[in-house]
Amino acid sequence: MTPLTLINTRQLDLILQRLARQLVENHGDFSNAAVLGLQPRGIFLAHRINLLVEEILGTTVRKGSLDITFYRDDFRRRDAPIQANKTEIPFLLEDLDVILVDDVLYTGRSVRAGLDAMLAFGRPKSVELMCLVDRRFHRDLPIQPNYVGRQIDSIESERVSVQWKDTDGEDKVLLFNPNK
Amino acid sequence: MNQELSVNHLLGISDLTPDDIRLIFDTARNFKEVINRPIKKVPSLRDTTVANLFFENSTRTKLSFELAEKRLSADVINFSASGSSVSKGETLIDTVNNVLAMKVDMVVMRHPNPGAAVFLSKNVDTCVINAGDGTHEHPTQALLDAFSIEQHCQSVAGKKVVIVGDILHSRVALSNIYCLQKLGADVMVCGPKTLIPTYIHELGVKVSNNLDEALEWCDVANMLRIQMERQKDRYFPSLREYANMFGLNKKRLDAVAKPITVMHPGPINRGVELDSDVADSDAAIILQQVENGVAIRMAVLFLLASKLKPNQYD
Repeated sequence: MTPLTLINTRQLDLILQRLARQLVENHGDFSNAAVLGLQPRGIFLAHRINLLVEEILGTTVRKGSLDITFYRDDFRRRDAPIQANKTEIPFLLEDLDVILVDDVLYTGRSVRAGLDAMLAFGRPKSVELMCLVDRRFHRDLPIQPNYVGRQIDSIESERVSVQWKDTDGEDKVLLFNPNK
Repeated sequence: MNQELSVNHLLGISDLTPDDIRLIFDTARNFKEVINRPIKKVPSLRDTTVANLFFENSTRTKLSFELAEKRLSADVINFSASGSSVSKGETLIDTVNNVLAMKVDMVVMRHPNPGAAVFLSKNVDTCVINAGDGTHEHPTQALLDAFSIEQHCQSVAGKKVVIVGDILHSRVALSNIYCLQKLGADVMVCGPKTLIPTYIHELGVKVSNNLDEALEWCDVANMLRIQMERQKDRYFPSLREYANMFGLNKKRLDAVAKPITVMHPGPINRGVELDSDVADSDAAIILQQVENGVAIRMAVLFLLASKLKPNQYD
């Protein structure tokens, strides 16, 4: 099974630069904004975006990671259990503009759980969604991203894998097709 | 790392693998973060009903389980043996089956008879969590004790832990021995000869009858409660003598060159096994144990509930 490269290192770099600049365009100096990466894989994208935004602004931004395991709607319905990850939000979200970050947007169920989980930290002023890959036409819920790296058309049996140089050796996005 | 417990019930630590214990600790760390949030509740068990069956008195274990269940959004019903049909002669299986007929998914049980939880798990169709069965096991207490050691001393492996007091009647001691050994700690039991089971060394623990020697050896001292209700049997001459020989006070603790972490499963008999100058000092992590107890019980409930089948329309 040879995966198809959807986004290579150079393209990914351009996309990250664009996403970071779009955030700065909308949120100015980030004085009222916070970036939350969704566990387990969204935190890597959030980390890279944060680095770029901080480079552009010259200041640090509020950042955290959000685990949604305890808020999933498929508890006791899955074949394989999933393990919880760390939630680290060292501030209240009350009245902040929150940017929720995940690597792949697919059914939208993780984002729904994320919206639910976030409320334990206060009532945000607004919530936006950023994703690197939007697998459109597969949504189970009325959830759409505000910032998209790339939209792709895929079929259900395919799997999208986002890889990062820090953890996987190289920045790239792959599409696995079990039939090829 | 496995993501699932190897058991379907929590009957005792002796059934768990070291990986099971580590999975419970990993999950408990996340729940500890949850219970320190402004909103301390998650919706995981919203379609799960838990029955707390307490056939023996308990305050903190019952409160801790009930809070853990509520923090997970489970529906909770409580039952205590006093004033129930048990006094009318109903058997354990009948009692529990009647509770289960009300569509209950999990049972948390405290019972005065050793083996009651194992017996129940074999005879009724539900998930059973042992909250203490006679002198046999008290698995969640041992898990929270070991978890507290890990949180306070970074790791359990290689630590020297002495359990002091009434080892003979203590389910906390037995569960603690199993749990600490599975995590790679060295365990010693210490107490008057009358309160130490004759063959306890066969579990691979050291035995001492001298608290000062034990303190010299250990990193952590877990002081068990002297069970006043058993004192009519005269295992030692007087409480005063016990306090003199096996009570932990500041003078004793200061005589040891190194810092020792002091634990107690509660409720404390102040002035008997533990003096206030130690119980209220920074060496004691007794209240941390209580906090960790809720996180550990949430982890156990969550991991066992994840193995239950989804509720269907009958």
